Amino acid sequence: MALIEASGLCKSYQAGDVVVEAIKEATFSIEPGAFVSFVGPSGSGKSTLLNMIGCLDTPTCGNLSVVNTDVATLNHKQAAVFRGNHIGFVFQDFNLIPVLSVYENVEYPLIMVQRWSAQRRRKQVMELLEAVGMQEQAEKRPNQLSGGQKQRVAIARALVTNSKLVLADEPTANLDSATAHRVIDLMKSMREQFETTFIFSTHDPKVMAEAEVTFTLVDGRIVQPEAAA
Amino acid sequence: MINILKIAAKNLLRYRRRTFLTSLLITIGIVAVLLFMSLSGSFRALMVGQITDSMLGHLQIHKKGYVASIDNLPLTLNMKPAMVAKVTDYLQHDKDVAAWSPRIKFGAMFSNFKETTSIRLNGVDPQREVATCPLLPGRLIQGNHQQPLVAPGKIVIPELIAKGLKVKVGDSVVLVATNRDGSVNGNTFTVSGVLEGISGPGGRDGYMDINDARNLLRLQEPELSEVAIRLKPGVSLNKAFKAMRQHFAQITNQQGKPVFEVHTWEALSPFSNIAKMIDMLDTFIKVMLVAIVLISIMNVMLMAVYERIHEIGTIAAIGTTPSRILMLFVSEGLLLGILGAVIGIIISVATIAIINARTLTFSFGRQDNLVLQPTISLNEILVISLIVVLVAVLASLQPAWKASRMNPITALRHF
Repeated sequence: MALIEASGLCKSYQAGDVVVEAIKEATFSIEPGAFVSFVGPSGSGKSTLLNMIGCLDTPTCGNLSVVNTDVATLNHKQAAVFRGNHIGFVFQDFNLIPVLSVYENVEYPLIMVQRWSAQRRRKQVMELLEAVGMQEQAEKRPNQLSGGQKQRVAIARALVTNSKLVLADEPTANLDSATAHRVIDLMKSMREQFETTFIFSTHDPKVMAEAEVTFTLVDGRIVQPEAAA
Repeated sequence: MINILKIAAKNLLRYRRRTFLTSLLITIGIVAVLLFMSLSGSFRALMVGQITDSMLGHLQIHKKGYVASIDNLPLTLNMKPAMVAKVTDYLQHDKDVAAWSPRIKFGAMFSNFKETTSIRLNGVDPQREVATCPLLPGRLIQGNHQQPLVAPGKIVIPELIAKGLKVKVGDSVVLVATNRDGSVNGNTFTVSGVLEGISGPGGRDGYMDINDARNLLRLQEPELSEVAIRLKPGVSLNKAFKAMRQHFAQITNQQGKPVFEVHTWEALSPFSNIAKMIDMLDTFIKVMLVAIVLISIMNVMLMAVYERIHEIGTIAAIGTTPSRILMLFVSEGLLLGILGAVIGIIISVATIAIINARTLTFSFGRQDNLVLQPTISLNEILVISLIVVLVAVLASLQPAWKASRMNPITALRHF
């Protein structure tokens, strides 16, 4: 059974007097454990699509099922609970909380989103930090880390709640080429280790080549799903 | 909740200077309130204590119309024996009454054989008077505290007359008084004590034995000008007053009008207005504290929300529910309030202890060297702390609500 199924999905919004159709009639499905990229130029609708999959935004029309849930019907609070239970996020700007240490950043969702016991939290956080190779930096603050290290922490934070799905919007945009590849490799290895589905958006051809399935977006329309060779 | 508080504390520490300044403002507010309350409370308690425990008692009973003419000390408005009997019968059976003192109040001419002046006098039963006004002997600045307040043939005079006429304990003086019929009578007395003058009605009166007063005034019957009443500790003044007023209102003359009037010390002393003003100031300064806490915390929390919109977007995106975001920001306001309250209370208690150790004196009216002994009860500290903490939470609710309702996408786009 597909993890994500979208049919006839569209999203439009009002920009002044103009109605902008950000996503048009998108139909696709993504299997569990897939490593998927949405590619396309700036303004093609990648982020809008990821936002809808991530229950941050609702479709204007069409159907969207994520982890067997019709996410279009969720209200503000239900969407937050759903995200907390099923989805991890990796952001272009890492979005780590500056006053918290690496350890505390990764622990944050287990306190604020899922209420784990201290002992369980410690075990889970240390496992994730070890998996992303950041256990030595656990006590450091985000401002003491490089961009690549920050993104590793962000990936650990996205996986710490045992998410079935991680959405990464341009995760390598702020990284140099070598670091970007290391981050993508890390995401792949995490996919193997935790059987998590990774969906990321990018417009970097080298990064998009790493995806197993690529959806190309042009002006809000999926022009072709491509399986990697 | 503990974990949310820990995160909230870390968030407060990211803007140390702002947190420090806000806490300082709350601290200053609390110190001002607690010090004012302790000092004004001490002043109020001192003055009320003087008035009730050395002059007026808690309640007084007079013949109807006496208080309106009290400045003239009218002998014509004394309570007759039948009325006195009704009053004493009631007071003997009232469980709220600790003691009561019958008094004859009158004006007289006071002479040291060289000079003459007017004097206001209370004819009292010394034992009953001291039981009703236990601080009265403490006002003796000359004379023997161990003996009865005043013995037959003796007189205790106010400090001002003693100084003005250069009279001291042991001196003979003459009192000349006009009785109800207008005839004049004079007797010789020996000064047995000099009383410190205090503010308020009766604060510069002299005292003599009630039988001496009757003789001087040639009163044929055991009539009284007033009865001062002391209530038992813990008895509500208002409750006792209402019960007494209700009882005596039912005793009427042939025309069906009440023959007695009952007053609390508050109705008899102008200091009660000062006490009310102190209470008003207390309330006013508490309102100021509420305003300080409300404005400072609301301001700092609004700033915090505005500066952390992107971060709010992040925590909302990763699944933090609106209620948890609300709790996080309310916790920050709560911690700010608690921090300011704790420091403020420590500074206030220390300052009160220092004031008490150094003996702070002040003058009021013609009284000098009154010692202020500020105290603050645990109850008052708890009430002020509760006010501060509640207002801190209230002040952070609006910014926290705003943060919790943010659209994650809009917030994530904010830099």
